[in-house]
Amino acid sequence: MRGRTHPVEAVAAWLLALIWLAPLAYALWSALHPAAYATSFSLSAPWTLENFARAWKQAPFARYYLNTIVLVTFVLVGQLILSTLAAYAFARFKFKGSGIAFALVLLQLMIMPDVLIVENYRAIARLGLLDTIPAIALPYLASAFGIFLLRQTFKSVPQELVEAARVEGAGPLVILWRVYVPLARPTYVAFGLVSVSYHWNNFLWPLIVTNSVEARPLTVGLAVFGAPETGVDWSVITAATVMTMAPLLIAFLLFQRQFVQSFMRAGIR
Amino acid sequence: MTDLAASSPIPERRARSQAWWNAVNAWLLLLPAAVLLVAFTHWPILATIRHSLFITKRNGSEVFVGTDSYRAMAADPIFWKALVNNFWFALGTIPTSIALALIMAVWVNRNMRGRGFLRLAYFTPTVLPMIAVANIWLFFYTPDYGALDQLRGLFGLGGWNWLGDPSTVMGCLIVMVIWKEAGFFMIFYLAALQQLSPDLEEAASIEGASRWYTFRRITFPLLMPTTLFVAINAVINSFKLVDHLVIMTKGGPNNASTLLLYYIYEVAFTFQDSSYAATLTVVLLMLLSGIALLKFGYLDRRIHYQ
Repeated sequence: MRGRTHPVEAVAAWLLALIWLAPLAYALWSALHPAAYATSFSLSAPWTLENFARAWKQAPFARYYLNTIVLVTFVLVGQLILSTLAAYAFARFKFKGSGIAFALVLLQLMIMPDVLIVENYRAIARLGLLDTIPAIALPYLASAFGIFLLRQTFKSVPQELVEAARVEGAGPLVILWRVYVPLARPTYVAFGLVSVSYHWNNFLWPLIVTNSVEARPLTVGLAVFGAPETGVDWSVITAATVMTMAPLLIAFLLFQRQFVQSFMRAGIR
Repeated sequence: MTDLAASSPIPERRARSQAWWNAVNAWLLLLPAAVLLVAFTHWPILATIRHSLFITKRNGSEVFVGTDSYRAMAADPIFWKALVNNFWFALGTIPTSIALALIMAVWVNRNMRGRGFLRLAYFTPTVLPMIAVANIWLFFYTPDYGALDQLRGLFGLGGWNWLGDPSTVMGCLIVMVIWKEAGFFMIFYLAALQQLSPDLEEAASIEGASRWYTFRRITFPLLMPTTLFVAINAVINSFKLVDHLVIMTKGGPNNASTLLLYYIYEVAFTFQDSSYAATLTVVLLMLLSGIALLKFGYLDRRIHYQ
């Protein structure tokens, strides 16, 4: 089956690919042409960056970018540290209750913070953190997915390497840092890409806990930026939309192979 | 360690203190993650259940009302509408996006020309924020000058308010979500296909089996664990995915596109009724736990993993 492809199938595959790219192609078209050409496609339409300039002027996108970058970094660093420590505990220590503790961690795979918005909002309010970037990040810092993924990886680390380090007098944390972490590098990259794209794109929770420009990430900024009814025209909205997704999209195009492979690796049970 | 412990009392004590020390270390390592997991997952689950049995008065005091909120929910037509919508949304998106994902994976697994480009095209929607996707697709569905109506215009048909009509709005959202999700599921199938041994297919083709027969009788059954994994994820997604509703429909028209989580969001943050929102959340939690039980208790045991 990996061999030759029937021409009909090849045509179908390409047709589907074009359909799949069409919405994105439209967004780019509309963002890069004057408003008059937003809905009529003509090869002679002039190209322009005017829409981006106008969108940039109409909303504090620089601030939104900064917020999103701070948020994504904060979440990623927190997740990496917490997942590494917890995964190490599960992978290499025998202790009473570890089975139950692990099951309680895995529960978060099914019931993610996205679902518990009402109580989590109360918790964040009680902590006095509403409308801050930590408020967006906190519920996601302990990631069941990260713990699970790293535990699997840590379990495959050869015991001889650990013994060798122990003989040299290394304690548990030194062994973790010098043996386990370096060997788990591909898993860290995979998890990092998944985490960054998830939190760059996350919307509902940030919408709920933020209400000022100072804390709002790009996605929420884009949503308050305007629907067509508010008088902002299509070309400007698509320009803002393209700006919101551009960094991730460019990163994806540059590191396409790693991206796809890391998703592949990350998703495997 | 355990064989030593059996032989004499002193190493036994040492082994015990070793075990104790191990446990202390492990719990210290777990502590930071455990605190946050309890604070933002386990405690909220319990608090939601408790909260659903109380109502908060205007002065902030809580009054126990037992199952009153549940009875009110059972009589709430919007709740039932959201639940039924969620069912149709799941039924509309899951089988189609899984089937498409499988077809895409089979194609891009071959030595087809332009394979890299095809993978890229199929996977790209996955990395876009749902909120940006909603903005883009809003254009397709806009009456009169949207892409869909321009296409209809070519055939001499008039404009249609796609998202404003209760009979078409759900279909429109389903198509968009399939577009967004299929490429993501493709990745898992692609990973699974690459792990399959090519010998099986070769053997089948030597035996003279047709490609379709080989796929149906050999490849597809071997992909069953992946299909299960993807299906579980898709079901969970169908309860979580509501970002686009904020931009595209706000659950309308006439609640025709409301989904359960969106209704919870509305009740809690627009109508400011957090006790009723808790009651609705309990239903969502029950549905998700049901899926978890089905997966861990039944399906994982039934399906053969390599």
